[in-house]
Amino acid sequence: MADTPTEAVPRLALRGITKRYPSVLANDGVDLDVLPGEIHAVLGENGAGKSTLMKIIYGVVEPDAGVMRWEGERVQIANPARARRLGIGMVFQHFSLFETLTVADNIRLALEPGQSRQLRQRIRDISTRYGLPLTPARRVHTMSVGERQRVEIVRCLLQKPRLLIMDEPTSVLTPQAAQRLFETLRTLASEGVSILYISHKLDEIRALCTRATVLRAGRVTGQCDPRRETTASLARMMIGGELPHTVHREANAGAPALRVHRLDVPADDPFGTRLSGISFEVREGEILGIAGVSGNGQKELLAALSGERTLARADAILIGSTPVAKLDASARRKLGLAFIPEDRLGRGAVPEMTLADNALLTARGDGNVARGFIRERSVVGFAKRTIAAFGVKAGGPDAVARSLSGGNLQKFIVGREIGQRPKVLLAAQPTWGVDVGASAQIRQALIDLRERGVAVLVVSEELDELIEICDRLAVMTQGRLSPAKPVRETSAEEIGLLMAGASPGETTQTGMSAPIRAEGPPRGAICTPARGSAAREPDGPLQGRTAECEARSSRDKPQACGDP
Amino acid sequence: MKLRLEARAVPSPIYVWTAPLIAALATLIVGFVVFSAFGKNPLAAFDAFFIAPIATRYGVAELLLKASPLMLIATGLAIGYRANVWNIGAEGQLTLGAIAGGGVALAVGDAEWPSALLLPMMFVAGAAGGMLWSAIPAWLRTRCNANEILTSLMLVYVATLLLSWLVHGPWRDPEGYNFPQSKIFAANAMLPILLPETRLNAGFLLALAIVAIAWLFVRKHIVGFEMRVAGLSPGAANYAGISWRRNIWAGMLAGGACAGLAGVSEAAGPIGQLLPSMSPGYGFAAIIVAFVGRLHPAGIALASLLMSLLYLGGESAQVNLALPSAVTGLFQGTLLFFLLAADVLVNYRPRLATATA
Repeated sequence: MADTPTEAVPRLALRGITKRYPSVLANDGVDLDVLPGEIHAVLGENGAGKSTLMKIIYGVVEPDAGVMRWEGERVQIANPARARRLGIGMVFQHFSLFETLTVADNIRLALEPGQSRQLRQRIRDISTRYGLPLTPARRVHTMSVGERQRVEIVRCLLQKPRLLIMDEPTSVLTPQAAQRLFETLRTLASEGVSILYISHKLDEIRALCTRATVLRAGRVTGQCDPRRETTASLARMMIGGELPHTVHREANAGAPALRVHRLDVPADDPFGTRLSGISFEVREGEILGIAGVSGNGQKELLAALSGERTLARADAILIGSTPVAKLDASARRKLGLAFIPEDRLGRGAVPEMTLADNALLTARGDGNVARGFIRERSVVGFAKRTIAAFGVKAGGPDAVARSLSGGNLQKFIVGREIGQRPKVLLAAQPTWGVDVGASAQIRQALIDLRERGVAVLVVSEELDELIEICDRLAVMTQGRLSPAKPVRETSAEEIGLLMAGASPGETTQTGMSAPIRAEGPPRGAICTPARGSAAREPDGPLQGRTAECEARSSRDKPQACGDP
Repeated sequence: MKLRLEARAVPSPIYVWTAPLIAALATLIVGFVVFSAFGKNPLAAFDAFFIAPIATRYGVAELLLKASPLMLIATGLAIGYRANVWNIGAEGQLTLGAIAGGGVALAVGDAEWPSALLLPMMFVAGAAGGMLWSAIPAWLRTRCNANEILTSLMLVYVATLLLSWLVHGPWRDPEGYNFPQSKIFAANAMLPILLPETRLNAGFLLALAIVAIAWLFVRKHIVGFEMRVAGLSPGAANYAGISWRRNIWAGMLAGGACAGLAGVSEAAGPIGQLLPSMSPGYGFAAIIVAFVGRLHPAGIALASLLMSLLYLGGESAQVNLALPSAVTGLFQGTLLFFLLAADVLVNYRPRLATATA
């Protein structure tokens, strides 16, 4: 890794890379130069072609045309093994780790035979050198998402890469963990390793990268030094227009519309998260945000709130004044609940069905169904109104859901749920994987809903988004929920520390500059005893334990069990 | 050069309709090889198998007669299959339908009840018998999570033995020379003949009516819609609060009722009494019919005609060409095999790719 950076020969040079898929041109004559020791951002909206380009460099996808040069030599990278031999490493957005194996075993599996000698020692060496603390003997399922990412990075570094590709690495990290990752990347760059950094988060790129290549619709639309740009100017290059911003007025909260009181839900699989003692309320006309790194019980909480999972104790969840925890999802919908789920295809929508049929999936009012029979004209009308109101780009109500892009389908689902005039709206990661324009539109729709007096609960990993739209924020860690705080009285740093598992009392003393510890105790522990933290007391005692069993999966029969 | 399959963004509308034709063509090619291997002239064999059986008015009537139970059963099964409810036991449900409906006919015996009263009673009893038999797997599935594929299939053998016991024992015709069979039904317990001098009876009209009702249910009723959702995407069904228990019950009972009706039309139609075996495997062949017909009522109506032709052709081939009776099953199996293979074209596009290093 002790190359001397030579400005003349780029480590990697791409010329005219083109890749065509049946329905889209993913890369269209892309040129890219990566110099030794630079952190080079590849910036673009979802679907701009960033991931395809990285997969071409890493040998996962074969380009249709174009030339690739590695340190001046023309190369063809047929597969990832060839890429690794050249010295290219890649950390994917979605990890490929075996949860039941240890860190060392997971790393050994990726290495070629003969490379594994003194592996544990080498893992320790690399991890201390780059500030990536890891215990080789620990099993992956006990580790937080940030720690898992470290395993992936160390696995790459063991192969002494000269180009490291990071695909949206901070999407799973707390702000503090992201800062630590940046330190590691800067150390690597100073040693001459080139880093290709894929992201759509503009602030991050301005803080970290020394050069940026902007992609839009498969084409390079600009090259710049992001340190000299503003967020707005980068956004213009990325989306070809101004960054839309949302209008937000003061909250005018009314009566509680959704109340959760001491909700306990056992984990339904060995690596799931157990919910314990969750209490909160969402009032009419306010947006409550739940922040937290995913995998801390958000999925379980949303299933319990939506009715996809029913509970034994009816008054654990109230909509208005009706206990609903025993009711299934359709019964709760009749009481005015609407839900925008995290997964679009296969949950929020049936991929093979038309948009009209997908409207009927949840929209049963408005004269869409009469005496058990479907009124097609009414359903098609509802679908058309939704498509028009949210500017969904689709062939019409007859378009099949899976033919839509992720962002357009999400707009349709959001429109469908809002179109039913709910009293309570649950939204899980509402803008995940959605382009900037559509994200702003969805956020504005949620705010408008709040203005109309709807109680809105947003569960998201995107802290910036939560701070932008929410009135109050709570943080979820290991199946517990912190007391909700007004957004004005908190900061990204405090929320970040809460996300990492610190109790509210500690956070007031630690600021951004303070040394930050590893971001957390094991995630997914089946049962962690309630830690008595005085600071948690005021809003709702968390130690209260009402034993409660409910159907483990919808197929098992519910069994009642008493308080132990 | 290598052949690759590329996923289509949207299922091909052309292949949805042409895949069954491709499968039929491939089945014919296999038939050509099989007939040649038996040392028969393939063209003569095709004539004996596919043309001769329906060359006469009587032949056409037989085609419709045999298509009726297949159409009925497949329509009922398809309602469940769309919701991933796998009722494999229609043969047993048909048997129970024949027992229940036939039981009514035997109990009334020679009393001069009008047909207009007796036949509906027999059909109601038959549907109830079939539903009772399919309710057992439904209950086991919703209560104990027992796989309905296994339980419904195993109940076929219980039903067959039950019928066998009845016709060997309590219901045996005392004047039947000890043959294991019931008394022959009285004339007023028999379905009216539609075409004079053929065996085609009113059961065919019943089958068409059920097909129309099923179409209405699947396309226009909200429960039919919800069952389709559950079959396509269990996650979305759970999200929308669609009850999987309700789907199991509806799917199993629809299949059981239709199979039960088919059992009565066989007993009160071409057979006219209860025998140890009431069907040449219609309950199983209907599974193929349901899939060849793409689980769509109209498709099922057409597919049942094709399957019926295979039955007739198989008989004709046995008589005229001295081919073994297994040739019918061979054609059924080949057809289903090619149909499933041709279905790949609906969702994938074959591509000849030049391999580049």
